[in-house]
Amino acid sequence: MSAQQVLFYLFAAFAVVSALGMVLNVRNTVAAALSLVVTMVALAGIYVLLEAHLVAAIQVMVYGGAIVVLFLFVVMLLNLRSDAFAPGRARLQKLAGALLGIALLAQIVRSSVALPAAPPVPPGFGGYRQLGIALYTDYVLLVEIASLLLTAAIVGALILAKRKID
Amino acid sequence: MPIEVLLKAVFILLVIVAGLAPVITWIERKQSAVMQDRIGANRADIGGLTVLGLLHPLADVIKLLTKEDVVPQGANRFMHLIAPVIAAVPAVVAYAVIPFGGVYTFGNYTISLVVANPDWGLLYIFAIGSIATYGTVIAGWSSNNNWSLLGALRASAQMISYEVTMGLSVVGVFMVFQTLQLQNMVLAQDTTFRIFGFLELVGIPVPGVLDWIRLPAWGVFFQPLGFLMFLTTIMAENKRPPFDTPEGESEIIAGYHLEYSGMRFGLFFMSEFIEVVVIAGLVATLFLGGWALPWLSQETIVGTVSRLFNPEFATGLCAILHFTTFMLKVVFMIWLQMALRWTLPRFRYDQVMDLCWKILLPLSIANILVTGFVLLLVRGAGQ
Repeated sequence: MSAQQVLFYLFAAFAVVSALGMVLNVRNTVAAALSLVVTMVALAGIYVLLEAHLVAAIQVMVYGGAIVVLFLFVVMLLNLRSDAFAPGRARLQKLAGALLGIALLAQIVRSSVALPAAPPVPPGFGGYRQLGIALYTDYVLLVEIASLLLTAAIVGALILAKRKID
Repeated sequence: MPIEVLLKAVFILLVIVAGLAPVITWIERKQSAVMQDRIGANRADIGGLTVLGLLHPLADVIKLLTKEDVVPQGANRFMHLIAPVIAAVPAVVAYAVIPFGGVYTFGNYTISLVVANPDWGLLYIFAIGSIATYGTVIAGWSSNNNWSLLGALRASAQMISYEVTMGLSVVGVFMVFQTLQLQNMVLAQDTTFRIFGFLELVGIPVPGVLDWIRLPAWGVFFQPLGFLMFLTTIMAENKRPPFDTPEGESEIIAGYHLEYSGMRFGLFFMSEFIEVVVIAGLVATLFLGGWALPWLSQETIVGTVSRLFNPEFATGLCAILHFTTFMLKVVFMIWLQMALRWTLPRFRYDQVMDLCWKILLPLSIANILVTGFVLLLVRGAGQ
């Protein structure tokens, strides 16, 4: 095995184990959120192995850093106790979740068997320059639409939060 | 190649973490003493020898290491024990991309004095910085103490807010130097520019004498506002006064590290001081030309000296000069941070947030816009 393969299996194991840690820690929300951080950082490691350096950095910055810190902020602000979550009653939900999970797994296995060989990576692939040029020339309309959507979401959140104060 | 990287990493660890960080605790005590008309640390001695109080860091470490390591009742033991480590590790690994010297060629051997030089160098530091938040947050949450929890809440809100502005305040620097790689950024600053060169853009010929006046092409001269904003935001990220609301002694006792004792408290303390050096190195690299000497580019030094001696000696001399320059700039930035820390009182919590979202964020976006327009004027469209 090459060093890259060893690293891949290491990061993959970290990602899977911490993802399980997140799902199984239903009672302890902080531990679940911290497991999510480990998953995100392990995924960033895999992105680096795939030469997607910018995506890896943004993965750690945005998902590993900002978003989960916000989760933690909310969890700590509500100061949830472990008994705030009643033991699961919804049988139907569990069944539906299991079925959907199995369907997803089957689809992943089916498509990963038939994967074509990876094309060679062009020089400079995954850099901020290439990404920036692609985003602001070919996909500029999508970027604008996304930014409009985000602005609308921020304004909406502000209005919902402010209604009680004024 | 791995040996070379390892040697550089060990060198950085020895100089910065083991060498500079303990001395900074002494600098802080002595500088605050001078500023407050006191004598400061001068008691710790070995056989009557006090060496200006320089033995105090050693005494502090021995004391912290031998103290009892208390885990409060009802605390989450695992999280409580691991939080200081999570706080300290990002501070240390951030050094990997800060260049402490340039690129030197001895015969057919080329060495670049930076441990790792990825294409996205500055983003690496931001990514590491966003992980550093967890040490504080976990410490506050796991202590099972209301004051600690309040400290953790304040820390998470403050660090998230300032991360946004910190990123935006250096976009102007990327635009000017057109790179994110820190070594290339310093190489771009190892030159000079004509102060009155902009007059030619508006069509006014520059008079002969004024045309001779040159400044080093440092980031601080192109991005003065960016420099001030980046320094402010990154100091707020470090949570030292005047931004120390997460530990605010007069309000929440000691905030997130209230329940820590012994060396685990020491680790929080140390990581703050290590971050002071990271900030100094980063600001020096982005805005003060890094290892570059003002008005003396590497070519000039090597060219002049190799006329008298052999080129290998000239390059070696240049490397030593560059490293000394970098360290001097780092020491200057450390002094500046200490002076600010002992001059300004702590912000109120809402003032910290107002400063970030209502003043620094709009200013940094305006800075990007203005920089964009100026660059378009200077370099022309189509670049």
